[in-house]
Amino acid sequence: MAAGTDTLKRTPLHDRHVAAGARLVPFAGWEMPVQYAGIRQEHLAVRERAGIFDVSHMGQIETAGPGAEALLQRLLSNDVSRVPEGGAQYALLCREDGGVLDDLFTYRLGPDRFLTVTNASNHARDLAWFQQHGHDHDATVMDRIQDFAMLAVQGPEARALVQDLADGELPARFRTAVRSVAGAPDVLVCGTGYTGEDGVELLVPPGHAAAVWDALCAAGAEPAGLGARDTLRIEACYHLYGNDLSEDRGPVEAGLGWCCKEDTGFIGSEAVRRARDAGPAEKLVPFALTGPGIARQGNPVVGGGVVTSGTLSPSLGYGVGLAYLPAERTAAGTPIEIDVRGKPRAAEVRKRPLYSKEP
Amino acid sequence: MAEASYPSDLKYHPEHDWARVDGDVATCGITWYAQEQLGEVVFFDPPEVGATVTKDEPYAEVESVKAVSDVIAPLSGEIVEVNDALGSAPEAINDDPYGEGWMVRIRLSDPSEADGLMDADAYQGSLD
Repeated sequence: MAAGTDTLKRTPLHDRHVAAGARLVPFAGWEMPVQYAGIRQEHLAVRERAGIFDVSHMGQIETAGPGAEALLQRLLSNDVSRVPEGGAQYALLCREDGGVLDDLFTYRLGPDRFLTVTNASNHARDLAWFQQHGHDHDATVMDRIQDFAMLAVQGPEARALVQDLADGELPARFRTAVRSVAGAPDVLVCGTGYTGEDGVELLVPPGHAAAVWDALCAAGAEPAGLGARDTLRIEACYHLYGNDLSEDRGPVEAGLGWCCKEDTGFIGSEAVRRARDAGPAEKLVPFALTGPGIARQGNPVVGGGVVTSGTLSPSLGYGVGLAYLPAERTAAGTPIEIDVRGKPRAAEVRKRPLYSKEP
Repeated sequence: MAEASYPSDLKYHPEHDWARVDGDVATCGITWYAQEQLGEVVFFDPPEVGATVTKDEPYAEVESVKAVSDVIAPLSGEIVEVNDALGSAPEAINDDPYGEGWMVRIRLSDPSEADGLMDADAYQGSLD
């Protein structure tokens, strides 16, 4: 991705980011805000009040038609038949050998209509994969990335801020509904997020995105960038594709066996079944540094294993992350040592999530 | 620290380090520009007192929430003091990069090296 900034795509909120003093960086072909006031401040705003993220770089694929459910049941690891109209479900997209192509949320918009949200870096590949397998089903696969800006409003006060601007009750967690928000019609409001806090994600017609952003900021939501989004999701132990998930690892190793329903016969289900039966050699687990230092992606774990995500936890004040470790060393409390650029740093395996408000 | 500043009594290295030379000892840190680029500093990993440092080579690491950066020695010599206060308050590097945010004192092996560093005007010019 050596694209110059002049070839990067911009979201409908680009002007708002510039005006807010954001630091813009290239991310998966997009020019995205990594921070505004500072990662720590934005992170804590989401934990304590409400933050608003522009995640319009994420893609959308609509699958519709009498065979839409059957197609998605074949593509997605979870049991799509269990998603009610207005429901949402997390799943993986796998290759035949179980390697993970993407992790995604799918919303059932109607009996035969689904919208799947893709990671920006995988959108083109996902779309091609959907279309390739769509030929076997009575279903239409449509690229909807141009049709939505996407805002995530997250934090303990997020729902109330959005509710005050909406024309009807917001959908519950893992539910979705069409509402008017801040004068923008046809906003798909989703009770999902990536921060470990309550909140919603808004799929907004691009022409209305700036008005919705402005209204939510005026109501008190603090602009938050991809930097805080990453530290928040690490504390919550949510996977990031490209870090903690890849084609080289399977769902069971990644600790995502819970969203794989092999009996549905999805692509990769046989490989997942074998991995589940055999037990994985390595597993992804959260860890925390017990002394000084911050482990980063790619740092090896002494004796085997590797850090796939690492940061300072703004909520906890020490280094945390996710690492693949040999299965016999994945029990919570197991002491480990991480090679941080040549220096051994003491850490221990933790339970997930790394941070939660509950004591 | 909201406003950029580059004190005129300091010498500057192109890798965004400053040195306050006093005889054969130099106090060193990173510039306002460097801390601004880095963002909130959350960890400073100092060298050992007694360690030898070489001009243009890394001697310490400074980390923001998201990234780690090498700190480059503006001059050569031996570390005679490190700012231990940064261990518990690394944010001083952002708040006061030329004062409380100083990182190390170096006993210079060749004080004439300082002649090769930039003055404040030249350094500021290099940032534009």
